[in-house]
Amino acid sequence: MAFEGLADRLQNTMNKIRGKGKVNEADVKEMMREVRLALLEADVNFKVVKDFIKKVSERAVGQEVMKSLTPGQQVIKVVKEELTALMGGEQSKIAASSRPPTVIMMVGLQGAGKTTTTGKLANLLRKKYNRKPMLVAADIYRPAAIKQLETLGKQLSMPVFSLGDQVSPVEIARQAIAKAKEEHHDYVLIDTAGRLHVDEKLMDELKDIKELTKPDEIFLVVDAMTGQDAVNVAQSFNELLGLTGVVLTKLDGDTRGGAALSIRAVSNTPIKFVGLGEKLDALEAFHPERMASRILGMGDVLTLIEKAQANVDTDKAKELEQKMRTASFTFDDFLDQLGQVRNMGPLDELLKMMPGANKIKGLNNLQIEEKQIAHVEAIIKSMTKDEKSHPEIINSGRRKRIARGSGTSIQEVNRLLKQFEEMKKMMKQMTGMQQKGKKKGGFKLPFNPF
Amino acid sequence: MSFFKKLKEKFTTQTETVTEKFKDGLTKTRGNFSGKLNDLVARYRKVDEDFFEELEEILIQADVGFDTVMDLIEELKMEVKRRNITDPNEVHGVISEKLVEIYEGGSDASSELNIQENNLTVILFVGVNGVGKTTTIGKLAHSFKSEGKKVLLAAGDTFRAGAIEQLEVWGERVGVEVIKQAAGSDPAAVMYDAVKAASSRKADVLLCDTAGRLQNKVNLMKELEKVKRVIEREIPGAPHEVLLVLDATTGQNALIQAKTFKEATDVSGIVLTKLDGTAKGGIVLAIRKELDIPVKFVGLGEKMDDLQPFDAEKYVYGLFADDIEKGEAEE
Repeated sequence: MAFEGLADRLQNTMNKIRGKGKVNEADVKEMMREVRLALLEADVNFKVVKDFIKKVSERAVGQEVMKSLTPGQQVIKVVKEELTALMGGEQSKIAASSRPPTVIMMVGLQGAGKTTTTGKLANLLRKKYNRKPMLVAADIYRPAAIKQLETLGKQLSMPVFSLGDQVSPVEIARQAIAKAKEEHHDYVLIDTAGRLHVDEKLMDELKDIKELTKPDEIFLVVDAMTGQDAVNVAQSFNELLGLTGVVLTKLDGDTRGGAALSIRAVSNTPIKFVGLGEKLDALEAFHPERMASRILGMGDVLTLIEKAQANVDTDKAKELEQKMRTASFTFDDFLDQLGQVRNMGPLDELLKMMPGANKIKGLNNLQIEEKQIAHVEAIIKSMTKDEKSHPEIINSGRRKRIARGSGTSIQEVNRLLKQFEEMKKMMKQMTGMQQKGKKKGGFKLPFNPF
Repeated sequence: MSFFKKLKEKFTTQTETVTEKFKDGLTKTRGNFSGKLNDLVARYRKVDEDFFEELEEILIQADVGFDTVMDLIEELKMEVKRRNITDPNEVHGVISEKLVEIYEGGSDASSELNIQENNLTVILFVGVNGVGKTTTIGKLAHSFKSEGKKVLLAAGDTFRAGAIEQLEVWGERVGVEVIKQAAGSDPAAVMYDAVKAASSRKADVLLCDTAGRLQNKVNLMKELEKVKRVIEREIPGAPHEVLLVLDATTGQNALIQAKTFKEATDVSGIVLTKLDGTAKGGIVLAIRKELDIPVKFVGLGEKMDDLQPFDAEKYVYGLFADDIEKGEAEE
């Protein structure tokens, strides 16, 4: 089935040529075929893929890959570097006009998420930059689009300028800016109607709004699930309006989002923000490297680490590590750890960020029952202090009591005790391995995710 | 070009306007796809590996998806060998033949709606955010209404800001009633009300809107299952259709969308929207092939009557209309 990650694909290819002393050009060609497939499955535009493969091939046939002992990993590294480079640096800055208000125009196809993004961006401007934005409802075509923006404005307690759906969008924009000046708003966000890039009449309307308002930013809002057509859309909008940035929406779905790459490569417009959820604070700065990982199906370790850093207490983590080493890990520590992990978000989402996790069969359908975790917590909390630090003293009488106290069954208590015992055993083994590994020059991951 | 001729003959006997709509709606798609194909055929003197490789590119650019393209190319190669074709011009016809074949599939899943005569028909609309569910419902309500049917709409998107109002505007435009509750209420409860109202008012068709949701949000998919369950419980056999609305600009993710929504709600058909842009919606090929879900409607424009029942041959006719006319002129 489709949608295997690049790492898997290359792994399979490498298995075929393993045993050969050297990698030759034909092997590289085979590897490039896999790279090409991975990119196409991720919806990276065909032409972009073609150019990209050419570039990577040159590097791959060069010294750095051919001579390497691990050509598969080297190819992944090269591909990822080039992808990241192609998507440009991190550019989530928003222009600030020297003569306020700064005008931002939101444009895009129907259903890309312009109105929602307008709300999110206004929220970000206020929260992060301490600005005072005003929203402008210039979508007079879609039924209830104005109402949608007004509702968002209410949720954010932010003013929304609208003149109903009988006034032309150009006139709405004109009056809105006058009003913003009067009321000292420093940002004006114009939500325009979705339109097809081939609809000349409506595209001209955007041009008129642009000429009148002289916007400091024109953001193209693009659905991350867009296929090969993304380049046509971006090109048309860019040629007509001169885009200053792209916002990629619905990236919280399971699309690889190759459209991002295509748009950047074709229109040379930086991707500035990504939409990651339905809530109004789910707009984040774009990270090219993470996007590269995602397009290649390699997980998003960086976000995982970031989440961990934000939620895990480092002192506690060190203490825990010490305990793991000495195998003096208790049920109290376990409870602690459980709580910290849960703070990071739903477990299934965390798992999906792990590299290689997409390989594990059935993981996509796996729902870690939050309820089950609650049961575990209840069991541990029903233990006495002594029992928590010395679980070996828990005899059948104590088990009965714990089960009753936690509202679970003896079987469940038994299962947890057994799992805990095994976990401790594993920790012992791991610390052993690490010490051994140190002598041999470090513990190695099966492949390097970075 | 006998295949084209056959198609052409078939359509001249049919309602001109519908075929014209396909032709107009697919102008951009055709210009892109067919233009490339013509260019390809013109450049090659004989059918060889390079020819197929370029054909592969054209199909991939139409979002057909890699696996389907590979299968199609394989079949084409066999067919070309079998018929001993060397002239690229002849391959042209074989390609469209194969395309229609894939669309129609080996199955008899039809693109006709499962309409209950003299009884209530319930149609549930599902899909990710921003594909055009509400607009599709509006257009379809218009079409049912003009057939003289009594139509009721259920405002099941209680989540997105302005969604209920959007459906209400459509209700006013078309002149049909909308069953709704306050924003933020339980969509399953809205459906319960709607089904009850539709039964007691003896409506012919109930069109149920739902909130857009990304298919990997498990809780939201569960919510959708519940919505469907409530309808099932109140009216045995309902919903009679579960239509997945797909944006034609969507790439390979559409296949996952179709798969996940099918698992959750047993999707019976697809509405392919926004086909009047440059996007080709080629992913419906893969969806039909791998999941056997037929396309039932296509959105070919913004006007109320721009939603048309899908017909694989018409679709291919739309893609290749220029060639059909050219072929005629030559004869």
